Amino acid sequence: MQGERHLEPQKCSVPLAVEVVSLLRQFGSVVALSGVSLEIRKGEFFSLLGPSGCGKTTLLRVIAGLDLPDGGLIRISGRDAAEIPAHRRPVNTVFQSYALFPHLTVSDNIAFGLRMKKIAAAEIVDRVQRVLALMQITELATRKPAQLSGGQKQRVALARALVNEPEVLLLDEPLGALDLQLRRQLQVELHQLQRKLGITFIMVTHDQEEALVMSDRIAVMNGGKIEQLGSAREIYERPRTRFVAQFIGQCNLFKADVRPANNGDILARTELGEFSVSNVSKDPTRPGSFMAIRPEKIQLLGGATCGMKNSFAARIEGFTYCGAETRYRLLAGQQTVNVVVMNREASAVFQPGETVQCLLPAEHLILLDA
Amino acid sequence: MPEKRQMHLGQQLTRAGRWSRAGITSGPAALWLGIFLALPLAAILAISFLTRGEYGGVELPFTFDSYKRLAGFGELGFDSLYPVVLGRSLALGMATAVLCLAAALPLAFFIARLSEKYKGAALTLVVIPFWTNLLIRTYAWQILFSPNRWLTVAAHSLGIGTAGEALYPGTLAVLTGMVCDFLPFMVLPLYASVEKMDWTLAEAAADLGADRWRVFRHALLPQIWPGLGAGFILVFLPATGQFVIPDLLGGAKTAMLGNVIQQQFASSRDWPFGSAIAAVALLLVLVGLAIFQRKGSKHEVLP
Amino acid sequence: MRRPGWFLSAIAAGLYIFLYAPIVVIIVFSFNAARFGTVWEGFTTKWYGALLHDSAALSATKNTLLLALVSTGIATLLGSLLAFGLTRFDFPGRKIFDRVLYVPVFVPDIVLATSLLLFYSLVGSFIPALELGMTTMILGHVTFQISFVAIVVRARLAGLDPALEEAARDLGAGEWKTFLHVTLPLMLPGVLAGAMLAFTLSLDDFIVSFFTSGPGSTTLPILIYSSVKRGLTPDINALATLIILISVLATVSLTWLQKNKQDPHPKK
Repeated sequence: MQGERHLEPQKCSVPLAVEVVSLLRQFGSVVALSGVSLEIRKGEFFSLLGPSGCGKTTLLRVIAGLDLPDGGLIRISGRDAAEIPAHRRPVNTVFQSYALFPHLTVSDNIAFGLRMKKIAAAEIVDRVQRVLALMQITELATRKPAQLSGGQKQRVALARALVNEPEVLLLDEPLGALDLQLRRQLQVELHQLQRKLGITFIMVTHDQEEALVMSDRIAVMNGGKIEQLGSAREIYERPRTRFVAQFIGQCNLFKADVRPANNGDILARTELGEFSVSNVSKDPTRPGSFMAIRPEKIQLLGGATCGMKNSFAARIEGFTYCGAETRYRLLAGQQTVNVVVMNREASAVFQPGETVQCLLPAEHLILLDA
Repeated sequence: MPEKRQMHLGQQLTRAGRWSRAGITSGPAALWLGIFLALPLAAILAISFLTRGEYGGVELPFTFDSYKRLAGFGELGFDSLYPVVLGRSLALGMATAVLCLAAALPLAFFIARLSEKYKGAALTLVVIPFWTNLLIRTYAWQILFSPNRWLTVAAHSLGIGTAGEALYPGTLAVLTGMVCDFLPFMVLPLYASVEKMDWTLAEAAADLGADRWRVFRHALLPQIWPGLGAGFILVFLPATGQFVIPDLLGGAKTAMLGNVIQQQFASSRDWPFGSAIAAVALLLVLVGLAIFQRKGSKHEVLP
Repeated sequence: MRRPGWFLSAIAAGLYIFLYAPIVVIIVFSFNAARFGTVWEGFTTKWYGALLHDSAALSATKNTLLLALVSTGIATLLGSLLAFGLTRFDFPGRKIFDRVLYVPVFVPDIVLATSLLLFYSLVGSFIPALELGMTTMILGHVTFQISFVAIVVRARLAGLDPALEEAARDLGAGEWKTFLHVTLPLMLPGVLAGAMLAFTLSLDDFIVSFFTSGPGSTTLPILIYSSVKRGLTPDINALATLIILISVLATVSLTWLQKNKQDPHPKK
């Protein structure tokens, strides 16, 4: 599956920050990028999401100019970037390890980029002061990186990149080294910062929650390709491939044969019966040999309510009480089904061994490629 | 992610660009080592196959005579002198390494068990002799081993040496000097791996009913193996090729390869034979190093 | 972890005594009034005074320092460049070079010394500058120092986060500026440690100096050796004590410096 197919249709209207066409990158026999194409709009928060080894970091490095593609095109703000070496590209990177220069103080770290560009000393002082204030780290100015905490280092790394006012800011797993609580807090801050500055952010992450929370659009990558590109909601609600469905959130999958129904819906025949699927994307040629549904979209009905449309009977195998919700594990035939039920009421808990009816609303059913 | 890039720090380098940078940086040192290390060693190898000239120089024809002589087959029939020297060098080198190991093990464990406050000082105390001149430390043993010194008298009372005479020259003196000089080389790498050791393994083994020896053998030894290997090679190879220590603390009866080489180049002026011995010593070291690097590459014991 | 028991402590104490006995005995005997041999004849400091008027010792000191400074300078430059090249650029034969680097470390001094002597006498008839003397000694010292410097510096470079140099590029520094502003300052502790090691190796070297020296280029180790061989040692003990004192001071202060800089790369 090549990237072009996933290009979103809105051309021309929004100026592009980064444009990547059929990018190829190989390390020996390992293909890191196999023909990736995508367009990143000016001012958006874009995430590259995928498991380790999917090529997301390579893509970021190629955009930064720290790695060279074996084929394909990169344009940054409309200019062909292939011939621009890393130190002349209008992009800056926040490295996963932060890569703060250990021999320089925080303010010298931040001033580094400006000094390399031979900006007047007075202006450097002024801009460093401003970005220190922006990141709320003014009191750290004279410290060395070894004297900073993880969260502080992260802020300095951001400040060091932002002070250069890049057209695009690249972030490689920027919150990966931080503990969960700090990460949650910085997710929000980073998001607000991006909104405030309006700079294009491209973030690499393997954390699906992080990507969903922060990004305007997400490209889910796997095996050197883009599996799906879209907004957080699109990616979660309407995954197009099995990989996306299973990598982001949980998903129940059913093998299915698909045929069109009379009312414009599509009928999916599975081992548990036939289900009508509405809200299918406009791509009728797609075979779709899997039917999928998110665990929280399934409704559990107690008692014998046989014969209902889009439903099947299943036995409760077990459950986990998680406070806000209860997670049930059910068995229907040979198939394990996961269902998440919000705990709106204190009672009405199904017990293991009980047989219940699972209702799969047509509008929440998804058809996936094999 | 594999990082075999065709570029250097965000700069596309052509093959010529890469090679010219490699040449500018590594070239001068490579050239230097080529001229002043490889060439002389090659020269020594070449000369070892030549014949000694009448006035100390070298002459053609090519011959294996020097090596035959080293192996004991001289002009006057079998002579065990040089095979014995070779064997003695290896034996003394091995004995030094083993004794150093025996001494370094408790010392490394001792330092590792000290509190953080004293560790650094204890280690520095081991390093200081290593930074002081070998010649001086070796010569000091001449004083310690001279007649009527209390150490010598004590040794005599134990039946070592002859009363009223010095303890040197002799094998014992050479070995003492060697162990004293090389001990730091064994302690440092050994300590490095003892320091990193996971002691809970030993506790677990003891918990499972292993006796002291078994705890050491099965829980601790595997963890210090890399350091042990590094220490052994750092002691054995230089000890085998030692010159100063057997020269100052030994005599003709304890001559090692180094002493014989020196003799051939200084007094005997037999360059081909001296070169042959040097070539053998070099070969010994290269083989030892190759074996070690092969094993070491798995453990990353050398820096 | 348990603290060392009395048994282990006793063994360790014995070993420390063993390590320091030679050093202590030299220091003690430097105050021995006896002119010859190793008999104690009372306390004196006259040998230290005598050193000041011993022209051989003074010129040997001068030669030793000159040799050590010049050779360390050259070897540090070449070895550091080599380490940088080996860690940053791939070229054919790099892997082999990586291993060959250990050869000069392990080649017995006597083999290196005699091969250099042979080489100099073979080539010396064509190149007059290679007549045995200070020049040939410097060439020889650099030869064994390069590897030590390169190994120490390489360890330092290999321990650096590669992202640091990439960050410099990313922030607009070209190749040269990246080296100057980031790589060089970060490898400097390794370079200094390598230089210290090389300097000490040069000061300590007796064998290579002995074989490649000429008239007038006697160094302290050569002077000590020949004095020991002839059994004339009173002021040599004083000289040795001074050398020991300087080495100890240098080691202790360096260790202290490194500890306070929290340098994670101790020299070996």
